[in-house]
Amino acid sequence: MKTAVIVFPGSNCDQDMYYAIKDGLGEEVDYVWHAETSLDGYDAIMIPGGFSYGDYLRSGAIARFSGIMPAVIKAAKEGKPVLGVCNGFQILLEAGLLPGAMLKNQHLKFICETVNLQVKNNDTQFTKFYANDEIIRIPIAHGEGNYFCDDATLKELQDNNRIVFTYSGENPNGSKADIAGIINEAGNVLGMMPHPERAADALLGSDDGLRLFQSILNHWRESTHAAYTS
Amino acid sequence: MKKVKVFITLKESVLDPQGQAVMQSLHNMDYKNVQDVRIGKYIELQMDDSADVAEQVDTICDKLLANTVIENYRYEVEEEVHS
Repeated sequence: MKTAVIVFPGSNCDQDMYYAIKDGLGEEVDYVWHAETSLDGYDAIMIPGGFSYGDYLRSGAIARFSGIMPAVIKAAKEGKPVLGVCNGFQILLEAGLLPGAMLKNQHLKFICETVNLQVKNNDTQFTKFYANDEIIRIPIAHGEGNYFCDDATLKELQDNNRIVFTYSGENPNGSKADIAGIINEAGNVLGMMPHPERAADALLGSDDGLRLFQSILNHWRESTHAAYTS
Repeated sequence: MKKVKVFITLKESVLDPQGQAVMQSLHNMDYKNVQDVRIGKYIELQMDDSADVAEQVDTICDKLLANTVIENYRYEVEEEVHS
């Protein structure tokens, strides 16, 4: 599996993401600068956390119109796995690949801590190696992670099992329905505020995030194997 | 030349924690009659008249300046007078 980690000016979790793929999975991974225009040849796309363009205007708003974004949208439409973490999630929302928007955290604080997440849907290509309702420990680090959507959108997310992760226990940022991560209708675009790449090795305090990347790899292997044999 | 003044505000249905914090501060300053504070953005654009400015500004706001999931916008177009 060949993975692209998109790098914007202001990305700061790109290296964590890179090493989660390279060392955690032992798979091929490249940094792709935001000014590039093609993602041909990549099997999976990662949009890392950080403060792209200094969060000017709104988090993710300017990155959304970077040169690479048409290629990200194309990859998403083609069904390739696209994972947006933290600022990456914000960019996916701004790009309309996922519904809703981010508001400032309820208490206006930037929160940097490890939280308990509940896996709400393990029937996705990102979460197959988790159990439903399993509690996992994953760090968060954001000032604008207060997920907002209108009630019709929330109902659609709930009815179609598209809420993948929720905060367990105290909701750190005030997000609607305790949402920490959601998936698109087709099931190949996941956005989440918590950082699985920062929990991809026991040395980091938790390796609960590694299974997310292993799930992506497993799905890719199964789908390519199916393609070879069919 | 046109000067476009764009005002972006949070929708009524969206809580504004910044506004709430500012209101609390105003109350602490004894401005007890302040009932609500909503914080928005003000953006100025200088545009030449080569295209339909109003139509362009609508698109610019929808696509980039405002996030219409959480924000409303309105704008005023003024003729820029050069001295």
